[in-house]
Amino acid sequence: MHELSVCQEMLQQVDRIATEKQAISIDSITLHIGPLSGVEAHLLKQAFPFAAAGTRAQDAQLIIETLPIRVRCQQCGAETDASANRLLCGNCGDYHTQLLSGDEMLLASLELTRNNQEATHV
Amino acid sequence: MCDTCGCNITKANQHLLKPGGKFYRTAEGHEAVTVLKGLLSENDHTANHNRQHFDKHGVLAINLMSSPGSGKTALLEATLDALKQRFRVAVIEGDLETENDAERIRQKGIPAIQISTGSACHLDAHMVHDALHQLSLQDLDIVFIENVGNLVCPASFDLGQHLNVTLLSVTEGDDKPSKYPVMFRASDLMLLTKTDLLAVLDDFDPQRAETNLRNLASTAPVMQLSARKQIGMDAWMDWLQQQKSAQTERTRQGQTRKPAIQPDGPRMHAAMHAP
Repeated sequence: MHELSVCQEMLQQVDRIATEKQAISIDSITLHIGPLSGVEAHLLKQAFPFAAAGTRAQDAQLIIETLPIRVRCQQCGAETDASANRLLCGNCGDYHTQLLSGDEMLLASLELTRNNQEATHV
Repeated sequence: MCDTCGCNITKANQHLLKPGGKFYRTAEGHEAVTVLKGLLSENDHTANHNRQHFDKHGVLAINLMSSPGSGKTALLEATLDALKQRFRVAVIEGDLETENDAERIRQKGIPAIQISTGSACHLDAHMVHDALHQLSLQDLDIVFIENVGNLVCPASFDLGQHLNVTLLSVTEGDDKPSKYPVMFRASDLMLLTKTDLLAVLDDFDPQRAETNLRNLASTAPVMQLSARKQIGMDAWMDWLQQQKSAQTERTRQGQTRKPAIQPDGPRMHAAMHAP
């Protein structure tokens, strides 16, 4: 349910960009999803065909890139890997850390086919 | 320099024309567009709009989140009696069905708007926006938004609130912060509720709950209280008072505040990966 509404929101955004770029079709959509984003990549993939049906994105390939959880320690400055429920510094163990990656929920990029002279996709 | 033979492509800009680059364009009219915007930017737009509404009137908005049955409504009932002496308060209630919670709040003489989400597992900024139209913010100081009881989805949707308060009742496990890191990482305050029951529960350790929260790199304060038995309510009331004063000060300076969640992560990430 949640992933479907995320998908619908994402497609509204995609459609607006496609309109700005005068695209006739959307070939691929690349997302960056982190383990701490609150959405599940495989559920997004399942929801996507339902949300995209009847839109310009219905034949688009959905590419999901997952980024590792990385933190920077505010005490010792180390940048280390971490896990979703243990965001402590991997070097000194302090909990005053800042997340560098792992909570992304981003529409990273799109591949579009534009309605211009050279376009063979019509 | 022209756009046809490629003589304008230099070492400095050629990355922009490669796959994934800003100006990457293949034959056949394909084009790659870098976006790097939040998937929920529609929701976030409305959330910021809601926050502007709150800020315009100096209203403090607090989002209460927890699993179902951890005592959000009971906490509000216990809080409102004392709070309404000092502040003008309203409550937005989110549930899948029924007006029950809003009725409980109205019995305290407090305006309450019920949002019935149907089968949606969380509130979103649009639902809160609609509810705000039924409240006169100019006559209010604090608005509580009681989210749908759910430790998963509500954490992902900004509603326009200033603060997230997450309740963890001692009848649940003290490892909830480890099990639901996305939710607890978003807390500005964690309240351990129903603590009068600690005496008969031998498996909930408040210290362990706090350690599990710290493991999420959270510096949010942790308070223990029992709304039913009126234990530990003073610290919570003081915290509310402080937060309201801080909001009044922010409003005077034309500033606002977003709830916890280190916002630098996605931005830094976007900056690192920008073409």
